[in-house]
Amino acid sequence: MAAVVGDQRPAESAGPNHGLRIFLIWLPVALAVDLLLYFVYGPHMPPGTMSTSAASQQFDIKVMAVMAAPVMAFVLVYAAYALIVWRRREGDDEDGPAIYGHTRIQATWITISTVIVLSLAAFGTYELAWPGFAGAGAGEGPAPIWKPTSGGPPLQIQVIAQQWRFTYRYPQFGGFETNILEMPINRPVQFNVTSLDVIHDFWAYQLGVKADANPGVNNVAFTTPRQLGSFTVRCNELCGLWHGAMFNYGHVVTDSQFMSWASTTETQLASVTAMLPPYSTTYDPTVVPNINKAMAKAGIAGANGYYYPPNDPVQP
Amino acid sequence: MAIETQPEMAKGSGGGTPTSTASPWWRRPAIHTAIIGAVIGYLIGSLLGSFLTGTGNGLYPNVSLSDSKDWPIVLGYLFAIVGWLAGLGVFNDVFRQVLGRPANGNGLPEHEQSGLARYFRYSLDHKVVGLQYLVGMLIYFCTAGLFAMAIRTELLSPTHHVFSSQVYVEIVGEHGTMMMMLMTSVIVGPFGNYLVPLMIGSKRVAFPRIEALSFWLTPCAFLILLSGLLLGGFPFGWTGYAPLSIQATIGADSYAMAFGLMGISVILAGFNIIVTVICYRAPGMRWSRLPVFVWAMVSTSFLFVLAGPVLVGGMYMMLMDRTAQTAFFEDSLGGSNYLYENLFWFFGHPEVYILALPGFGVVMEMLPVFTRKPLFAYKIATAGMIGVTLLSFFVWQHHLFDSGINPDMRPLFMVTTELISIPTGFIYLVALGTLWKAKIRFTVPMLFGFGMLFNFLIGGISGVFLSDVPADTTEHGSFFVMAHFHYTIMGGLIFALMGAIYYWLPKMMGIKLNKTLGLWHFWLMFFAFNFTFLPLFAVGMAGQPRRVFEYATNLTGINDWVSISAFFLGGSILIFVINFVWSTVIVREREEGNPWQSRGLEWQTASPPAPGNFEHIPVVLSAPYDYGTKDAQPVADLNPPAGVLSAAIGDSEPVRAEA
Repeated sequence: MAAVVGDQRPAESAGPNHGLRIFLIWLPVALAVDLLLYFVYGPHMPPGTMSTSAASQQFDIKVMAVMAAPVMAFVLVYAAYALIVWRRREGDDEDGPAIYGHTRIQATWITISTVIVLSLAAFGTYELAWPGFAGAGAGEGPAPIWKPTSGGPPLQIQVIAQQWRFTYRYPQFGGFETNILEMPINRPVQFNVTSLDVIHDFWAYQLGVKADANPGVNNVAFTTPRQLGSFTVRCNELCGLWHGAMFNYGHVVTDSQFMSWASTTETQLASVTAMLPPYSTTYDPTVVPNINKAMAKAGIAGANGYYYPPNDPVQP
Repeated sequence: MAIETQPEMAKGSGGGTPTSTASPWWRRPAIHTAIIGAVIGYLIGSLLGSFLTGTGNGLYPNVSLSDSKDWPIVLGYLFAIVGWLAGLGVFNDVFRQVLGRPANGNGLPEHEQSGLARYFRYSLDHKVVGLQYLVGMLIYFCTAGLFAMAIRTELLSPTHHVFSSQVYVEIVGEHGTMMMMLMTSVIVGPFGNYLVPLMIGSKRVAFPRIEALSFWLTPCAFLILLSGLLLGGFPFGWTGYAPLSIQATIGADSYAMAFGLMGISVILAGFNIIVTVICYRAPGMRWSRLPVFVWAMVSTSFLFVLAGPVLVGGMYMMLMDRTAQTAFFEDSLGGSNYLYENLFWFFGHPEVYILALPGFGVVMEMLPVFTRKPLFAYKIATAGMIGVTLLSFFVWQHHLFDSGINPDMRPLFMVTTELISIPTGFIYLVALGTLWKAKIRFTVPMLFGFGMLFNFLIGGISGVFLSDVPADTTEHGSFFVMAHFHYTIMGGLIFALMGAIYYWLPKMMGIKLNKTLGLWHFWLMFFAFNFTFLPLFAVGMAGQPRRVFEYATNLTGINDWVSISAFFLGGSILIFVINFVWSTVIVREREEGNPWQSRGLEWQTASPPAPGNFEHIPVVLSAPYDYGTKDAQPVADLNPPAGVLSAAIGDSEPVRAEA
């Protein structure tokens, strides 16, 4: 890009070489911004590196920023230069030079922008399809085409969204249902996201996972946690009155902690699990009232299946 | 298509010349009769709906299963629209022609008295319609802006609530829907309708009745949408995703009805402009001499005509789901919510270019005038707009990257979305090339033009981040997206709109806007806008989803900063409104002639132009941007010698204006 920008402007008249000046201002600005973006701000860019998918998104945003900054800097430097140098002076009512176009500049511009755009698209596709990132944490629908290839069989976690709560089911542990989200470190996780009523969106921010919860659809997303700690889960698709209050927290724990938590919970909730509909990738919402009754009888709180608990206002 | 050489206006085909009636004003159809018609229509429709579906005595009680009053509301709205139009006199001449009687001629430019009253009637003069649109759009914009102020008031605190969650979600829905739906024709309506005939040297538009109808549907859509507040609002923002929109109570009917109606309005407006530009260009107005603003209007109109029907279809299906108990979008009954998402975004993505192209057109039209140079690479400019128009239909699924639909199609939509930045980049090539060695005049309209280019640069580049699936997985549905499209629409389109008002109001009203207030307006709006929306990129990246009324407490400070900047932004619009009212109502300082020394054909006539625009059809001699050439030809011959036109037309041969 640099070599071309230098001779990007016609020099048909005498006077200072404006093109060179703009280039010389632009080059250090672009370099400095890029270095700062990549090395100083880069490691702190959202959404962090808590999981493989979060790391892939952070890397992607970093690369895009490094590509975008020089383009933006060029337009801004050029425009600022133009507005300062080529403003109309007092008493000058002359017209500017009659320049109708410049084939070489136009061709250069189109070539550069095409190359940048296509390489970004190729980069994004590679990131998306590379097994290490496995779909970059985005929901891939019922038949995912990008799956993690290492780390063993994924831990299955079903995310059931409803107005205005998330519940989680663990099919590999007898299919118990809870509102606590825990997962072990360094093991691939497969989220099976579905909804009982309207469209929600399961957004585990620090984990870099985002998948719409559609009624009657199993939306699968993959990630592999790499750091211990907790993360935020928010609903990211407007789902009615209490959309803004639909959030909770998940935790990445060690393998042994997870196993003990999961097996304890499985035993504790065994009687409730027996009353639930058998594990399935989607649920018919018309059976929910029966679950309500069953769970109310068992005195279970939590997500508890009520569409609208009495303390919530009437759904509009 | 033959070019009309005679001064001609819309004529009734029933034979005879139109007759003008001189009834007193209150007996002529106008806005007051329209309101009466709408009220009567609503009552009829509402009663009919209750009669059809009422419990016990209804004819079809089984369709009242939804245990709400959807039928009476929907039929009430439908009949109110018909009553509104009938009250306006839309159907009068139509029925006269059916009966073989001469058209009344009400509303035709040559029969309109001057004065304010014509602005409240179904006027067939494109200049009246343009000003009607302008005032209407400003009212809609300010109303929706007040909702934005309410949103920012609520977001001052994450925990202390000014509104209940019910009221807040209603406000968010009304703000978003009103801005996205009514602002669709915010430049095409006022400036497209007013200026396109003037710019192409025509005395009229192709379909004055359709044009007037397209305007008079917008107040209807506005009032229906606002009436949703009386019915409890709608809880689903401007996108109306099913099944939330099917689940919602009767307020949602106002959304579907108003949005569908606006879809019809833009289809009508689009057809009129396309046909006008194709068929009504003056002799010598080749496609290569067409002002770039007209190119923007044509490409936007194609988007209107091609995207609008999808919206109308989607809204119709939503209404059917809500009233007739069909199940297009209900998964449990065999429908699919993906169908709605696809229909909506197949309209919705062209829609966001509908909200960008007119802005490009305005700014590129002003650039040559205020840089005193020809437009750099005119063909690239038109290619950019046509490219955006074509590509905009191939990108819609990038809104659904996380929805679970078609994972194998994601690379494709990633490429098409990123390709769109190439034609968008053309616009910047043209703008930057035009600035090269220019003599830039920093007038108020040009300042808004530069503001638009600055804001759209940020909006456009943040859009590239959103087009990339891994990056989008972080940003999708967050405040990042919200900041992105406010940069392209508010920072792009609305800045261009303000520029267009300062630039063309002297033409349209013959009145000067106050320059000092204009400068205050620009600088306050520019800084307040950027202070408001730039931090929101960071807010979104930090994990705040859109449309929430509770957020993480560590984001309180930045949200407060944004809210306070937003109030200043509102204040800048207030300055504009004061300037507009002060200059056009109170001071009314005349602006004669051509204040910007523009070569544009529209500036060669009187300000404001006489009812027929031009005394004679002008013969266009050269391109509108030939600045900097010492002995450039005038842009057009406004009084061509008698023989020139027939020679140009070649007697009875149909003329193709592009040689």
